[in-house]
Amino acid sequence: MTDPALRASRARQRRSRWFAHGALLLGVLIFALPIWITLVGSTHDVNTIGRGDVPLWFGAHGIENYLAAWSRGSAALRNTRAVPAGTMLWNSMVMATLIAVGKITISILSAYAVVFFAFPGRMLFFWMIFITLMLPIEVRIIPTFQVMVDLHLTDSMAGLVIPVIASATATLLFRQFFLTIPDEYVEAAKIDGAGPLRFFRDVVLPLSRTNIAALFVILFIYGWNQYLWPLLIITDTSLETIVVGLSKMIGRGDAQNEWNAIMATAILALLPPVAVVVLMQRWFVKGLTETEK
Amino acid sequence: MATLTLNDIRKSFGSTTVLHGINLDIAEGEMVVIVGASGCGKSTLLRIAAGLETPTSGTVRIADRDVTELEPADRDIAMVFQNYALYPHMTVFDNMAYGLKIRGMTRDAIRQRVEEAAGLLGITPLLSRRPRELSGGQRQRVAMGRAIVREPKLFLFDEPLSNLDAKLRVQMRAEIRRLQRRLGVTSLFVTHDQVEAMTLGDRLVVMNQGRAAQIATPMEIFAKPADTYVAAFIGSPSMNLLRATLDDGGRSATLAAGGSVSFDEPRPGPAGQAVIIGIRPEHVTLGGELPVAIELVEPLGSETVLHGTLPSGEAMAVRVQGAAPVNGGSMPVSFTHSIHVFDAETGKRI
Amino acid sequence: MRKNVIFRGKLLPLLLLLPQLVITGLFFFWPAGQAIWSSMLREDAFGLSSNFVGLENFTDVILDPTWRAAAGTTAVFAFSVAILALSVALLLAVQADKAIRGSSLYKTLLIWPYAVAPAVAAVLWLFLFHPQIGLIGRALSTAQIAWDYRLNGGQAMLLVIVASAWKQVSYNFIFFLAGLQSIPKSVLEAAAIDGARPVRRFWTVVFPLLSPTSFFLLTVNLVYAFFDTFGVIHALTQGGPAKATETLIYKVYIDGVENLNLGSSAAQSVILMLIVIAMTVVQFRFIERKVHY
Repeated sequence: MTDPALRASRARQRRSRWFAHGALLLGVLIFALPIWITLVGSTHDVNTIGRGDVPLWFGAHGIENYLAAWSRGSAALRNTRAVPAGTMLWNSMVMATLIAVGKITISILSAYAVVFFAFPGRMLFFWMIFITLMLPIEVRIIPTFQVMVDLHLTDSMAGLVIPVIASATATLLFRQFFLTIPDEYVEAAKIDGAGPLRFFRDVVLPLSRTNIAALFVILFIYGWNQYLWPLLIITDTSLETIVVGLSKMIGRGDAQNEWNAIMATAILALLPPVAVVVLMQRWFVKGLTETEK
Repeated sequence: MATLTLNDIRKSFGSTTVLHGINLDIAEGEMVVIVGASGCGKSTLLRIAAGLETPTSGTVRIADRDVTELEPADRDIAMVFQNYALYPHMTVFDNMAYGLKIRGMTRDAIRQRVEEAAGLLGITPLLSRRPRELSGGQRQRVAMGRAIVREPKLFLFDEPLSNLDAKLRVQMRAEIRRLQRRLGVTSLFVTHDQVEAMTLGDRLVVMNQGRAAQIATPMEIFAKPADTYVAAFIGSPSMNLLRATLDDGGRSATLAAGGSVSFDEPRPGPAGQAVIIGIRPEHVTLGGELPVAIELVEPLGSETVLHGTLPSGEAMAVRVQGAAPVNGGSMPVSFTHSIHVFDAETGKRI
Repeated sequence: MRKNVIFRGKLLPLLLLLPQLVITGLFFFWPAGQAIWSSMLREDAFGLSSNFVGLENFTDVILDPTWRAAAGTTAVFAFSVAILALSVALLLAVQADKAIRGSSLYKTLLIWPYAVAPAVAAVLWLFLFHPQIGLIGRALSTAQIAWDYRLNGGQAMLLVIVASAWKQVSYNFIFFLAGLQSIPKSVLEAAAIDGARPVRRFWTVVFPLLSPTSFFLLTVNLVYAFFDTFGVIHALTQGGPAKATETLIYKVYIDGVENLNLGSSAAQSVILMLIVIAMTVVQFRFIERKVHY
């Protein structure tokens, strides 16, 4: 009874589904493998890993390793001071939050000015801001460092945060979003008697909520993952961030390192941003695809 | 309640002039409808009255006060927008209350006003909803409500019915008219729909390319259109406009299509002057010497519209009661009454 | 550019713009200007005085064989990362776009590496490929393969490429998936009715429609490989062994921070700026042209 064409097409669909599952599963495994090794390694004592017996299942030293990493840290070389992961996590948290909040604040204000007003020099300002898009902080890192020295901002949270804020991606996103707000809202607000600041507070800000959330996720991760700039600007270990601190722990990768503590620190370093991405997935995807387009 | 006076309003955007000096007086409690094709400047005129646009020259007076330089908020007006412009993140109540809140009215007074207006419009059960949870008709009502609570001197309507489906539009049209009568607020209403204009307005302003072609009551505009544009724009199907030349003495004219038309009163002008004869489809007399080659028959039930061409090649529409007298071929007609005469050069009525 | 309906006022918009202007002025334009200025200066051996040398630093940089080697390394590295990350991401996105069970779970499990900092990604891969403590590293040694990325330049390069691409796959995956989902169903249905089988449909309909996304991602990936991977290289190989993984940005850092050759470092920064600007311009022009179809 069965039509051979139908049978062939069913078989094809089944093959395509199996292939999809296979490819995706493999992808998931490749993504997860290093994390698994790290997570498992972080629950063994230092000698197990140092010997090179790579464990594939959890050991018994998890709690003590994490406690040690959290409160004591680990140092690659005998002469450098270990920084507790707790301190570094706190620094990263503050830095990432300030970068996200700071950038959102200055960007939403400037985008509002550029979109909802006509004033002399508007286009000049717009292009000035736009140009900053092209040059990531890494390119201007040395001169920026010199500016920070002149301003006495090295080894400070302000020095860590502010230069990272100086770019326009968020301004552009808000500008694009503001342009989609119907003109009639502005007109209705004018007739209702709302001035520009009131309109900003009562209409624009509430309408921008999802954009702000999306941007927060992106910028928080961007801030958390900063590497070259903190490496350069911070010499005071009490301001060390976790990503830089982790890489410093490894040093030149000697086998004698306290690998279990390093693995625990690595897990701690990736946990907050990964949690943000997974928990706020919807906003994150929206924010990412819309900021960059 | 107040009067609105527009005095010689002109508006240019760069080198293009959209309004060439509009004069309009609206009496207290009157509803005036501005009607015209898209791009005729009708919306710009309304926005100038609202203060959302500044005229290049001319003055706007509301209740005898010059408001030309005033911000919209200081003009004591309310406006209903084409897409309603309801703030999507506020409830219906908050949308209606927003303008009152800004004006510093007390909570209780706001509540009372909003509830009163909501009752009037039958939207009381919707007060705690958000705009996206409402149907088109309901949004329309909320937009009206937002205007009503303000108890303004002047209502401005910017094509508020154009986003509704046909049936709802007819219903809301009647409702707007009733409300406006009841509240007695001076109103200016913009539309491109001639039926809406005819049914809503105490008076109409027919606009054509930035000029007011005619300002008059609906019946006057229908009976005595000021020029060929108004004649063709108002009435459906459009008035037939036929080329002709004036006969000696101005009592009749000879049609380009052949045959002649006589007038009940003489028109001034030399013999041989080119004129346009206007006759509405419903005023065409069946039988006579002019043959219309019928091309299309549109039965509408109680009446039928026939479309065809005259021997001169000019299009001709005829509206008859009941069923079509013919289904094709040729139908003889003549023009015996309700004849309009226009100057062929200027298009003005003579 | 701006709304037709706007608020009046000249002072307020300037006040709203002020924070962004101050920050971009101080931390963007000033350092960028400094970079250009100091790229034309040369300090004496003791760093006591500097004199103007015009474009000499640039010619020196370009003629410097170590810089050329770094440029070559960067090109190999960047294109390898981009091609690897793009092709894996496209494969995964196409599979995840199929209507299969669990596709949203797969998506979540595939996007989280985006949140992992490049330096942390490097550390995770180190745990896999470290010759003494790494799972795969040791397995290779057991299989009589001389694996030590700390000694073998090719292996070091391979490792930084894989670690960098691993982190970037999820970013590309998100964009490819968004691109796939924005292809109207009707187009695919039309192709199906025209008799195109899935594989053929992909290459003749889907892939061309994705090409704006692909091109955008190619630029983003190249810029990522140019700059953001500093953390990967710094944490894993420090540019070694024997400069085998020294990319241009890493060399800017070494010359500016460790060798304190500011003039040369600034000239290298300016060259990098020009490269980024050129890439951005190419991208904008391409996208503008592509947008119409």
